[in-house]
Amino acid sequence: MTPELGHFSLIVALTIACLQAGLPLAGAARGNVAWMQVARPAAQAQFLLVALAFGCLAWSFVNNDFSVLNVASNSNSSLPWYYRLAATWGSHEGSLLLWVLMLSGWMCAVSLASRHLPLAMVARILGVMALISIGFLLFMLLTSNPFERLLPPAPDGRDLNPLLQDPGMVIHPPMLYMGYVGFSVAFAFSIAALLGGQLDATWARWSRPWTTMAWVFLTVGIALGSWWAYYELGWGGWWFWDPVENASFMPWLTGTALIHSLAVTEKRGGFRAWTVLLAIITFSLSLLGTFLVRSGVLTSVHAFATDPARGIFILVFLVLVIGASLSLFAWRAPRVGLGGQFGLVSRESALLANNVLLLVAAATVMLGTLYPLFLDALNLGKISVGPPYFEAVFVPLMAPAVFLMGIGPLAKWKQATLPELAVRLRWALAVALVTAALLPLTLGKWTPMIAFGLLLALWLTASGVANLWERLTQLSMAGGAAPLSYLKQLPRGYYGMLLAHFGVAVFVTGVTLVRGYETEKDVRMVTGDSVEVGGYRFRLDGLVGVKGPNYDATRGIVGVFKGERRTGTMQPEKRIYHVQQMPMTEAAIDTGFTRDLYVSLGEPLGGGAWVVRVYHKPFVDWIWGGAFLMGLGGILAVSDRRYRLARRAAQAIPAAAGAARA
Amino acid sequence: MNRFLIPLVAFLVLVVFLAIGLSLDPREVPSPLIDKPAPGFRLAQLRDSGKTLAVEELRGQVWLLNVWASWCAPCLEEHPRLLELSQARTVPIVGLNYKDSRDAALKWLAKHGDPYSTIVTDPDGRVGIEYGVYGVPETFVIDRHGIIRYKHIGPLTAEALQGAILPLVRRLQT
Repeated sequence: MTPELGHFSLIVALTIACLQAGLPLAGAARGNVAWMQVARPAAQAQFLLVALAFGCLAWSFVNNDFSVLNVASNSNSSLPWYYRLAATWGSHEGSLLLWVLMLSGWMCAVSLASRHLPLAMVARILGVMALISIGFLLFMLLTSNPFERLLPPAPDGRDLNPLLQDPGMVIHPPMLYMGYVGFSVAFAFSIAALLGGQLDATWARWSRPWTTMAWVFLTVGIALGSWWAYYELGWGGWWFWDPVENASFMPWLTGTALIHSLAVTEKRGGFRAWTVLLAIITFSLSLLGTFLVRSGVLTSVHAFATDPARGIFILVFLVLVIGASLSLFAWRAPRVGLGGQFGLVSRESALLANNVLLLVAAATVMLGTLYPLFLDALNLGKISVGPPYFEAVFVPLMAPAVFLMGIGPLAKWKQATLPELAVRLRWALAVALVTAALLPLTLGKWTPMIAFGLLLALWLTASGVANLWERLTQLSMAGGAAPLSYLKQLPRGYYGMLLAHFGVAVFVTGVTLVRGYETEKDVRMVTGDSVEVGGYRFRLDGLVGVKGPNYDATRGIVGVFKGERRTGTMQPEKRIYHVQQMPMTEAAIDTGFTRDLYVSLGEPLGGGAWVVRVYHKPFVDWIWGGAFLMGLGGILAVSDRRYRLARRAAQAIPAAAGAARA
Repeated sequence: MNRFLIPLVAFLVLVVFLAIGLSLDPREVPSPLIDKPAPGFRLAQLRDSGKTLAVEELRGQVWLLNVWASWCAPCLEEHPRLLELSQARTVPIVGLNYKDSRDAALKWLAKHGDPYSTIVTDPDGRVGIEYGVYGVPETFVIDRHGIIRYKHIGPLTAEALQGAILPLVRRLQT
């Protein structure tokens, strides 16, 4: 009964979505208030129905209902309950339901938090989001029904892919989808603005928090995926430029450009066409990512359902959504108007360069990802494009962008001068240059790449400190108190920017130092053997057999020594999951602020000997730490006072009422 | 032209490629060995491990090299067609027993039938690597001069045999 209830909920949700799309959009075009007012309750109803459907599927999983095909294919009775729950979104169908749940969640949030937006705009925004929802619901109901029955029911399930039986893997998809789907809000805002012809600073101020939150989720989602790959796959790698990784990275790049472009539109009314285009592109890239993962067009370790029939549906959907929005853009953007003029050296210029660099970076990633497809389609052969291309192209694009990140926040709006900027930044640059030149020597090895990476990171940090100090001293000179006492007065948005940019510096440092200084050894070991890596000695003290809830494992006991002192024990495992008979590596990682020690078991070589991989990875956690700081900076920015407009609007209404009376 | 149309045009070009991509299989890798000489080998024979067979000994005739193993399920799928082909005596089929054990292979042939004129064993798969074998079964068509003319990946289907392999064999034999 429960699966049928879930199925029925989806059908009703689809009907509501049609109403939510049709009536408000038509109402906004014709000025029909009643029709426009359908939008908010419809969005809320849709959320409840989709949540109900999701609950039904989750219920079927947790209760081992193997008469549901999805449960039988992706779960097992010996799977721990939390992974049974996570298996709800571990398959193509289930993950689509998660996508729609998040979309309806954001729709509901917009319907509740938009009291101060004009009704026509809210109607258009929710209408556009409903159109997207229709597409995904139709896709599910027509080709990927998660509630399909398996009769007679299977006695037990095929188990969740062991790669997904992991806490990181449980939370990575929800975070990522919150990001992808969140950008649909920015997209809907842009389409609504194009439809209504209303694209001003107010519009930008409303879109900013939504867009930044989506960006935060996407940042965290990508970081989690990278971290998961690092500790789960057993090779110590954390980014492979795999097509599906790239599919998440491209919207992140354009999304970053978008949040910065929105800043210009809000503060100076400029970059309007850019902002709208970036919002459309970012969400289109999210949809494109959906297509790539589920259509079989690219080979990837990540690919879900490789089913060309489903691919055709998604492609048609893509053409309709993206084609229509880009057509609307081509038609209406010329009327959107230009912002104020700005000089060649100005904050606007820096942000424009930022837009361009990020967009070009996203384009090069897309080119590399789709190049094999292009060549195959033109019958020019089969190739694969890997890290050498991406790294050769990406780093030279990002380096100038990072350099500009130090200058932009200091540059004045509209017009700044280079000599003035140089004077204000001279200490920051000097400190960065000297430290970057000398630091690698103290760490053991000096190469140009390490020095350059450190220079970028130190430049970012030093220029951020210079920026902060400058503002504090300006306030101090105006107000008379000591500079540091003004820390509380600076807006959260500003601290958000500083923190996020600092996060980038931390990230760059992590990548530079890990690449520059990591060491590894792959050795054959039997009990009693030792190997030296990164100043530590690792001794294989023994191997034991271990039984898990749904797997059997061989566990290595590895003692770690620094000199004569034992600093710890690491216990890597090689697991075989019963149902799918799949071997899985569980690396042992000793996490530290300045380094990770990483030990994983490779293959058994017979006679009690194993291949053991030992890595010393300095500062590798700074990679994800930096990403986390970026996300935190975004949250800080969103919590800025000027977005809490309830207070301001409440103050405005009495003032207006007072004026009306007077 | 309206410069705001550029994103739309670029997108439509992309869509064309994606649409073509749906009909392609990125996992299908064609062989770089077509029209190149078959890599040489001298391997022990399955039926009589004292004897060996070298590729050079097969010059002068058109022949098929069929890579198979007793542990390979799709090999069983194509086996009846191989048996038919060997009974028709159109072209000799040399078997390459890939990463298999002698006993298991012999048992498998005793159970399912033996279409091969000769079988050589490649227990560690080294010759397979030379031939670019990345899955089992695979079938190569090799001409009188020892040049590889065709590679079929996966079990032999009736369409592949009638449509591509047999016409090619007949052409090479004249």
